[in-house]
Amino acid sequence: MAPIVGVLALQGASREHTAALEKLGATVHQVRLPQDLVGLDAIVIPGGESTTISMLLESSETFEPLAELLNQGLPALGTCAGMILLAKEVLDGRPDQKSFAQIGIAVRRNAFGRQIASFETDLKIQNLDQPFPGVFIRAPGADILEPSVEVLASLKLDSGEETPVFCRQKNVLVTSFHPELTDDLRLHQFFLEHL
Amino acid sequence: MAESTSGSDSQVGTVRVKRGLADMLRGGVIMDVVTPAEAKIAEDAGAVAVMALERVPADIRRDGGVARMSDPAMVEGIQEAVTIPVMAKARIGHFAEAQILESLGVDYVDESEVLTPADEAHHIDKWAFTVPFVCGATNLGEALRRISEGACMIRSKGEAGTGNIVEAVRHLRSILGDIRKITQADQAELFDWAKQLQAPLGLVQEIAETGCLPVPMFCAGGIATPADASLVMQLGAEAVFVGSGIFKSEDPAPRAKAIVEATTHFQDPTMVAKASRGLGDAMPGLEIGELETKLAERGW
Repeated sequence: MAPIVGVLALQGASREHTAALEKLGATVHQVRLPQDLVGLDAIVIPGGESTTISMLLESSETFEPLAELLNQGLPALGTCAGMILLAKEVLDGRPDQKSFAQIGIAVRRNAFGRQIASFETDLKIQNLDQPFPGVFIRAPGADILEPSVEVLASLKLDSGEETPVFCRQKNVLVTSFHPELTDDLRLHQFFLEHL
Repeated sequence: MAESTSGSDSQVGTVRVKRGLADMLRGGVIMDVVTPAEAKIAEDAGAVAVMALERVPADIRRDGGVARMSDPAMVEGIQEAVTIPVMAKARIGHFAEAQILESLGVDYVDESEVLTPADEAHHIDKWAFTVPFVCGATNLGEALRRISEGACMIRSKGEAGTGNIVEAVRHLRSILGDIRKITQADQAELFDWAKQLQAPLGLVQEIAETGCLPVPMFCAGGIATPADASLVMQLGAEAVFVGSGIFKSEDPAPRAKAIVEATTHFQDPTMVAKASRGLGDAMPGLEIGELETKLAERGW
C-alpha cells in the first residue's frame, strides 16, 4: 500500500512537495481543515511564511488535532517554515507564534539574512554519496537543545561557526533548505523510507 | 556530527532563490502599507509580506502629482516593525530607485505602474540585480516581456485604487486564457503566437510544454473583499496583493484577516462566508469608465 502523506496546504510551497511525493508513489492529501487529517501516515509542513501558517492553523482549528497526532508519533518532515513550526523553541519569532515542539532544536528565523543573502550551495548529507543541492531562502538556523537530535547536514558560516541545516529526532525530519524546489528526490525518498 | 560543506561555493541571487521566494508566498496576501504602524497591523492579520509605498493607489488617484519610491527611512522603519518579507515599489524604468531599495535590503522590488513611470520605453534590466523583481501585466505578451527582462513574479495589474475587481478579472482571464490556447497550438503556430504577443519564442515554447508561466502569477488591483480574493484565486491566481482595499476600508484589521482567510480557503464557500461576516464598509469603489487615469495602461 502506498503511504498516505498529508501536505499542509494553508499557505506556501505545498504544490512542489505534493509533486515530489507523488513521483515517489505516495498518495498525497492536502490538509487545510481538521477533517483532512484522517488516515494520514505522515505529514509534511512546507516552506512559506511561518507566522501566517501559525495563525491559519489556529483559525482553521487544525492546530490542536495535528498537535495531538504529532504527539502520538505521526512522522513529519518540515522544510524552512516547517522547521520553525516543528521546533521546540522559536527565537526572534512573534510572541503569539505557535509551534508543535516536536524536535529538540531552537530555531532562529532568517538566520542567514534577508532575501538578498538567500543562496544556493551543494550540501554534504550524511549517508548520501553525492552532494545535495541546498536552496536557502530567508532560511532559519538551528541550535541543538537535546543530545538525541541527530545532525544530518550542517553548513559553515562566514564566522567559522557550523550551523545544523538538516536534523532528525526519532521520525521528525527538518531542513533549513528547500529540497522541494529541486528535481532531487533523495530527501523525500529518505523520509518515505523511514516512515 | 555530519561533515559540512564549506559554503564557499554558495551563490546568491540565482533564478532559483529569486523565484523560490515567490513560491513561498503562494496562497498568501501581500498588503500595501505606508507606515510601520500599518505594517504591524498587516503582519498581525497574517500577511505573508508587506509592500512599502509612499501613498496607497486610492490616494495617488485622488491627489495626483508624481508618485515615487517610498522614503528610505520609512522603508527601514517598516523593516524594523515586522519579521515578514518587505517589498517596495520603484517607478517603471527607474533603476536608480531599484538600486536604492536593493541597498536597503528589501526582499522584493515591485517595478510598478501605480507609481509615475520614469521611462516611456524601457523597463529596468532586472537581471542586473540580486534582489528579485515583481512586475504587473495586463496580458500574456506583457508578462513574458517582463519575464525576459528578469522579473521573477508576475502580478496581473487590475486597476489599482478603484476597489473594482473587473479589470483584475479581465487581465487574469486574458493571461490564463492565452496560456490555455498555447498549450493546444502546434509547433508552427507557436512562431505566430510569439509574434502576436511580441514575446520571446523560447518562453512561448516553454508555456506550450508546461502549461503555466515560468514564474508564479499573483493578482493585484481592485481586491476589496474576501469574495474578491476567492474569485481571483479560483480563476487561477496563486496569491493576492491588496492595496487600498484594506487601509481605505472602514475597519482595516478584521478586513485584512478576513482576506487572508478567504485566500487560503478560496475553494470553500462556507469558510469564505464565515470570513466575510460583519466587516463593515469596504473601500468606496470607482467605476472604471469614469476614471481619468488608467494605471494599467502604463508599461510597455
